[in-house]
Amino acid sequence: MRNYKNVIAAYSIMIFLIILVGIFQSWSIALTILNYCLISAVMTIGANIQWGYAGLINFGIMGYTALGGLAVVLVSVEPVKKAWQVGGLNILACIWIIVAIIFVVKFILNRFDKSKLRNYSVASVILGGIILLRVTAAPGIEAIESVDPAKTGFLGGMGLPVLFSWIFGALLAGGLAFVIGKIALGLRADYLAIATLLIAEIIVSIIKHEEWLARGVKNVIGLKRPAPYEIDLQTSEWFINLVTKFNSSKLNLINSISDKQEALNQMVIDASSVYVKLCFTGLFLTVVIILLIVTQKALYSPWGRKMRAIRDNEEAASAMGKNIVKEHLLIFILGSAIVGLAGAMMVTNDGLFTPGSYRPMRYTFVIWVMVIVGGTGNNFGAILGGFVVWFLWVEAAPIALFLINLFTSHLPETNAVRVHLIESAPYFRFLVIGIGLLLIMRYRPQGIIPEKIIKQ
Amino acid sequence: MDFLNAIIVLFNFTVIPALAYGSQLALGAIFVTLIYAVLRFANFATGDMMSFGTMFAVILTYYFQSLGFGLGFLPTALLTIPFAILMMILYMLIIDKFVFSYYRVKKSPPVQFAMVSVGVMFVTQALIRIIIGPSDRRFLDGEKFIIKATEFKEMTGLAEGITLKSTQAITIIVTLIVVSIMFWFLNRTKTGTSMRAYSDNEDLALLSGIDPKRVVLITWVIAGILATIGGVLYGLDKSYRPFVYFNNMLPIFAAAIVGGIGNPFGAFLGGYVIAFAEIFVTYAYKRFISYLLPEHLEPDSLLQLLSTDYKFAVSFSILVIVLLIRPSGIFKGKVI
Repeated sequence: MRNYKNVIAAYSIMIFLIILVGIFQSWSIALTILNYCLISAVMTIGANIQWGYAGLINFGIMGYTALGGLAVVLVSVEPVKKAWQVGGLNILACIWIIVAIIFVVKFILNRFDKSKLRNYSVASVILGGIILLRVTAAPGIEAIESVDPAKTGFLGGMGLPVLFSWIFGALLAGGLAFVIGKIALGLRADYLAIATLLIAEIIVSIIKHEEWLARGVKNVIGLKRPAPYEIDLQTSEWFINLVTKFNSSKLNLINSISDKQEALNQMVIDASSVYVKLCFTGLFLTVVIILLIVTQKALYSPWGRKMRAIRDNEEAASAMGKNIVKEHLLIFILGSAIVGLAGAMMVTNDGLFTPGSYRPMRYTFVIWVMVIVGGTGNNFGAILGGFVVWFLWVEAAPIALFLINLFTSHLPETNAVRVHLIESAPYFRFLVIGIGLLLIMRYRPQGIIPEKIIKQ
Repeated sequence: MDFLNAIIVLFNFTVIPALAYGSQLALGAIFVTLIYAVLRFANFATGDMMSFGTMFAVILTYYFQSLGFGLGFLPTALLTIPFAILMMILYMLIIDKFVFSYYRVKKSPPVQFAMVSVGVMFVTQALIRIIIGPSDRRFLDGEKFIIKATEFKEMTGLAEGITLKSTQAITIIVTLIVVSIMFWFLNRTKTGTSMRAYSDNEDLALLSGIDPKRVVLITWVIAGILATIGGVLYGLDKSYRPFVYFNNMLPIFAAAIVGGIGNPFGAFLGGYVIAFAEIFVTYAYKRFISYLLPEHLEPDSLLQLLSTDYKFAVSFSILVIVLLIRPSGIFKGKVI
């Protein structure tokens, strides 16, 4: 039971910190941080399944996140009919060509024995296929990208409700993880890290540069939302009544009617943004709780024990008749699917898809720091890590600014060192995260909330 | 004549840039491979360490320029390299003392080392951004070109010209000098031999009286030299921007693994393999082909296999293919 006390204490401190932000900065900022904390928590659950349960090192989290984001565009955006008319046929043909290439390569690999000739023929099929693809796709892509390039210039999506995209994002990421896992999981730990890092980079560069798919670096804005829009709330009667009811004591203090109306308007605007964020918080919290229950059950099931056995001693587990390759692949897919879900959640929360913003620093390494700081192999720990690290990542700059001002207050305003430090305040977040990671790795390598093994 | 023109087009737009870029990658790749062979971990702080060394060179270049020092037609940065190397080695030794040595004594698994190096990456990146800021800086001075396209055309009377930037020439020459000295050191001197012995078999090396602390120290010194020179040459040739250096870590890793990680000569060649592949695959061959074919056969399209946006993707694909077919690398990673 003592362990649970630690967990509860750690989470209470975290929630207290977020409430502090709400009081000192604003409730809107506090909720934004909380939402991102929850999204990070989903990502860390995914990463923790791979690293904590099975010891697989996956530095490709950025790729799956981006793919989840892409899923939102592909599912929720209305299809661009004109683009489909001018270039849809070429794109469909390309998909068939890709399928054909895969089948031919598979056929050659299965049919013939390992030889130089086989390698050359596989290589030439792939090369020929790529050239064929480029020739087929080029006119279609050009036509699609020229359809109203300022607004669309891409194929659009399926026009379904946005929540479907969360599932689709998870499926997409899981499917990709299947392919990558088949290819790369045989590699040694540090090779796997490098390979996944680079594959993620390839995925992001494809999303960035294939403009017919999701507008690439031109971004897709105004995505659908599962929550109401602020502007609708501000004009709806029931919401204004609700705000009036909540703030009646404050409003009663104001005497003149015009001032009262002005104050109410401001309150409605503030409250609408908080309300929308609360809707998102509710959705994200549901996802986190469901995932937590499922992963927790899995961890303490026979399957979880098997995974731990494989992680701790592969040879022994293999000797006991466990299929390590299969289990690794399964866990790689599951973890990546959860990360894909998180990516879809994040894009839904932002309402825009910006492929240019996917950078390994923010979407791979920070997530890893979260898992390690929080506690590998323990879901509560991983989620806490997501909260703590994201909080530091966001709040490091204001805190650094405060400290810089405090320590340089005796210097004049125009002092070069002071000005320089104040300008570089945003970069202190890297320092805080880096030093935090190094300290945790050294003095508490098992993380804030360590893994707990129940002995049966 | 047309044939000559075609060759010159190819030479000017692919071979020269690839040689320069490959040299920069090669220095980084040898750095990665040395750390991997002797200290036995994949250093994710590679790009940022190179950036850190370059930062000192940039600051010192500005300082020297303000004092009026210079090398005439050569860039001032060359003068600052020794000082930058000293600072870099100092930084690396401090990091090693406070971070890596603890895990080395504990004999932690390589994965843990890799995670620690991620921590070092964060800290280094923060320091760089706090000290010099994230913006783009050019610190090249002196002569910009050795041969200009127009001069070349006048000299030879050809339709196409060759441009040789001084930074490209400097990069290639400096790389060759540094790499040859390093191979001489590794293969011919007693210290180099002891390093190789240590990387081959740590326990045996300890038994034969090799001081591990000295080996580690020498490794960091060489690493510091390679990282700083590689970083400065890249910065001179393109420009100095911390974020780009972080990204350069990826092709550098690719080069080291393609060449066979742990094998410095493989890493050296791997740098050129990656650079040539990136540039040859993304180069538009239209102008080259149009010189070779008769006029009525001239191609309409750019004849580009992949657009230049996929430059990085090419090197990563090569890496993935190499990892799958021959994980020990093209040149068989024999640990140094």
